[in-house]
Amino acid sequence: MTAKEILSLTAVQLGKKIKDGEVTSVEAVKAVLDQIKAMEPLLNSFVTIEEEKALEQAEEVQKRIEAGELTGPLAGVPVAVKDNICIDGMKTTCSSKILWDFVPTYTATAVENLKRSGAVILGKTNMDEFAMGSTTETSAYGATRNPWNPDHVPGGSSGGSCAAVAAAECFYALGSDTGGSIRQPASFCGVTGLKPTYGTISRYGLIAYGSSLDQIGPVAKDVTDCAAVLEVLASHDEKDSTSVERKDCDFTEALRDDVKGMRIGIPADYLGEGLDLEVREAVLKAARILEEKGAILETFDLGMVEYAIPAYYVIASAEASSNLSRFDGVKYGYRAKEYDGLHGMYKKSRSQGFGPEVKRRIMLGSFVLSSGYYDAYYLKALKTKALIKKAFDEAFSKYDVILGPASPSTAPKLGESLSDPLKMYLGDIYTISVNLAGLPGLTVPCGKDSKGLPIGVQFIGDCFKEKNIIRAGFAFEQNRSYEMPQMAADAMAGKEEK
Amino acid sequence: MSKQYETVIGLEVHVELATKTKIFCACSTEFGGAPNTHTCPVCTGMPGSLPVLNKQVVEYALAVGLAVNCQINQYCKFDRKNYFYPDNPQNYQISQLYLPICHDGHVEIDTPAGKKKIGIHEIHMEEDAGKLIHDEWEDCSLVDYNRSGVPLIEIVSEPDMRSGDEVIAYLEKLRLIIQYLGASDCKLQEGSMRADVNLSVREAGSSELGTRTEMKNLNSFKAIARAIEGERKRQIELIEEGKPVVQETRRWDDNKESSYAMRSKEDARDYRYFPDPDLPPVVISDEWIGNIKSRQPELRTEKMARYQEEFKLSEYDADIITGSKHMADIFEAVTAICGKAKEAANWLMVEAMRLLKEHDMDPEEMTFSAENLAKLIHLVDNGTINRTVGKEVFEKIFAENIDPEQYVEEKGLRVVNDEEELRRVIEGIVSANPQSVEDYHSGKEKAFGFLVGQTMRSMKGKADPGAVNRILKELLG
Ligand SMILES: [Zn+2]
Repeated sequence: MTAKEILSLTAVQLGKKIKDGEVTSVEAVKAVLDQIKAMEPLLNSFVTIEEEKALEQAEEVQKRIEAGELTGPLAGVPVAVKDNICIDGMKTTCSSKILWDFVPTYTATAVENLKRSGAVILGKTNMDEFAMGSTTETSAYGATRNPWNPDHVPGGSSGGSCAAVAAAECFYALGSDTGGSIRQPASFCGVTGLKPTYGTISRYGLIAYGSSLDQIGPVAKDVTDCAAVLEVLASHDEKDSTSVERKDCDFTEALRDDVKGMRIGIPADYLGEGLDLEVREAVLKAARILEEKGAILETFDLGMVEYAIPAYYVIASAEASSNLSRFDGVKYGYRAKEYDGLHGMYKKSRSQGFGPEVKRRIMLGSFVLSSGYYDAYYLKALKTKALIKKAFDEAFSKYDVILGPASPSTAPKLGESLSDPLKMYLGDIYTISVNLAGLPGLTVPCGKDSKGLPIGVQFIGDCFKEKNIIRAGFAFEQNRSYEMPQMAADAMAGKEEK
Repeated sequence: MSKQYETVIGLEVHVELATKTKIFCACSTEFGGAPNTHTCPVCTGMPGSLPVLNKQVVEYALAVGLAVNCQINQYCKFDRKNYFYPDNPQNYQISQLYLPICHDGHVEIDTPAGKKKIGIHEIHMEEDAGKLIHDEWEDCSLVDYNRSGVPLIEIVSEPDMRSGDEVIAYLEKLRLIIQYLGASDCKLQEGSMRADVNLSVREAGSSELGTRTEMKNLNSFKAIARAIEGERKRQIELIEEGKPVVQETRRWDDNKESSYAMRSKEDARDYRYFPDPDLPPVVISDEWIGNIKSRQPELRTEKMARYQEEFKLSEYDADIITGSKHMADIFEAVTAICGKAKEAANWLMVEAMRLLKEHDMDPEEMTFSAENLAKLIHLVDNGTINRTVGKEVFEKIFAENIDPEQYVEEKGLRVVNDEEELRRVIEGIVSANPQSVEDYHSGKEKAFGFLVGQTMRSMKGKADPGAVNRILKELLG
């Protein structure tokens, strides 16, 4: 197979071809490493690329596939991992200066699961610093660019993972989603992203931002890949006390082109003011396609939507202010060169090591937890969270799936969002409440705007009902074929000519 | 001092639990070990690591709570206490603030005025911190995280105590209960039991509380007693001089017998407590509580009753022996081996207590084995050695845990029963002391005792006293 043919495959398609002996894992890794070399100067999707390690792994995995030891659908397929997920012996920075040289001595359970399935790890992808941001511009290692138009952001915080999948720098990637960090960049980059129900994938080894909201999830070219990867990632983990023991993790079983009788609710609150008209049109068109396939559509009032953003920023920042206090220059990571005494060291190391967005959220979080404000902010936010969950519970008593946009607009230009943090926070309006309620959410590409930037449709399911959104997403995407950004295709074509 | 003052004292007692592993990871809690060898990503606060609660910690906390008559929060939570310090690897301590596991209990203490209830406000579970070591040579500080994550319970009393004596009585009671439960060894010197003292004074008869101070770094009962006396005096002096008592934390220096301020309330830290999102609430079922209750080991009063019943000890003896869990354990072990409860009790109550007093030791510090004391009892009982020699051997057992059988052989301490040898020695003593013989014959009983003593001395105490008496009487006619 030519490199272009290999790179055009989805993860599951590649896995099958490797198993069938049509291509080897090593060939796939080489093709993808070449693509990385061509794309990285333009995109900056990766923080760390482990070329040699990847080739070594590929050789070993290939042998085990040939020996019949590895039989899973993803054996031998190269993957990229977001840089807030720890891998033993691989630099893990959270795209922050404060962890510039941090190399963990342990591996996240999610990555252990991947390795057991025969995945080949290429390296670590760029992100907003400590997953705080919606554009991947707050990275200490430079912004990642959108492969559809490098003047635009890829979204965030899993912008590196989504850009890498879109640009064929990997076949799938791991992201993490605290308030939309998988679903929003997936929609900006024209790829598919899934955030499972809270507790489905172990958080052990995921460097925490907002512990009660964080979930790891897959980013891939289509729903089939997402379901296959989720099946590998989901596991009960004794090392994570919030991990749930589930018996319904055969997610690929839901890959059926059948939505007859499926009840789909569209929240009117998700189609109102602030929503870009082109996005609105594309999302409603996606809904109509499912209706044509037999789903029952209904518009309804979800409620509580306007309270999601303040509740989210209070809870996530409060948890972050405590989670990030361990980065103090004492044990690992960045320490200021000159300082006076212990407190001077803390102050300088943290002032120099953290970027402005991280500092803003640490300060916000410290404020809402301080005595005298705890009840007014933190407790109130927790109550709001419970009410949002209740609103969803009511909706799911009527609908199997909730459908809406992933983001009010398509990818903004670089630099546009950072100047106005509040506007950036408002961009998370359709994704955040899913985290607050602990629900699964899936975004699937559903068209492009007049600038040629991708639009995503979001499917939200009830807790532990990933299969519903997988079925809806799969049925929808049967009506379109996967589209690759021109610059990624050009890079491959360039190689063919040589 | 013209006015009468009342001292009001409450205690915060930290107790290190006797679990084999730490509270949130599988690392060993064993004392010692090279620095940072009992550590993992969890107890060193590495990014991405997550805590998993050790169920045994909950069980010990429940056992203690039930033994001190507490109510149980059947839905309890862990909270994070946020503060920066290098011994605290995450810069937050996992503790309990909003919903501690136990609350509203009490223990009863004996006071000169009779029994008194000391209220227990709450008991919560938390993790210990690491240790900072300053390296003078390199002029830097090092951290050892071996203790980081060792489970603690903090027992917070109500301000119900009025004197140092009451405080000591409360602490002794608490310690005994916890030791009996096996929840901790409660060694103050090693820090497995630590007490912070909250103290205020007020005019006698007043119902309002005075301003209190908190004293830390108290690592023996004596230090606690001295610190209470010192702080009471200091506060009364301030009040008499018309100066205010400042609410502050003070550190007691037992060598200087004085305290100094560590930090005042004004710079008290805001710990920004909030529920730890990594740990789901601990749900304690009625069944679980029932289980703990049914497994609750014998406490002191039950043990005392059993000793009187089963071993026919007097109430006084049973009281002394059960006064220390360790002493009671030795007693039971010795009795199980040699079957002589009375003898075991005697050795412990008389000789062991005497030596403890002499060396200013706690019963917990006795390290000899039950086997060796049982062997000693056997040696005395079958007449291999006499009681006087036995006492000497016991001192060796107490100090060095020697094997008494081996020791008696090596030192040649067996009782001399050889009739001929004894007779020869006594004949020598009689002929060397004509004055005493004369005194004896003229009716002075003391002279007989003198001659026995001379005989024993020349036999280095190894003579059988019965035989000496008999032969001497015979020779003196
Ligand atoms: Zn550990």
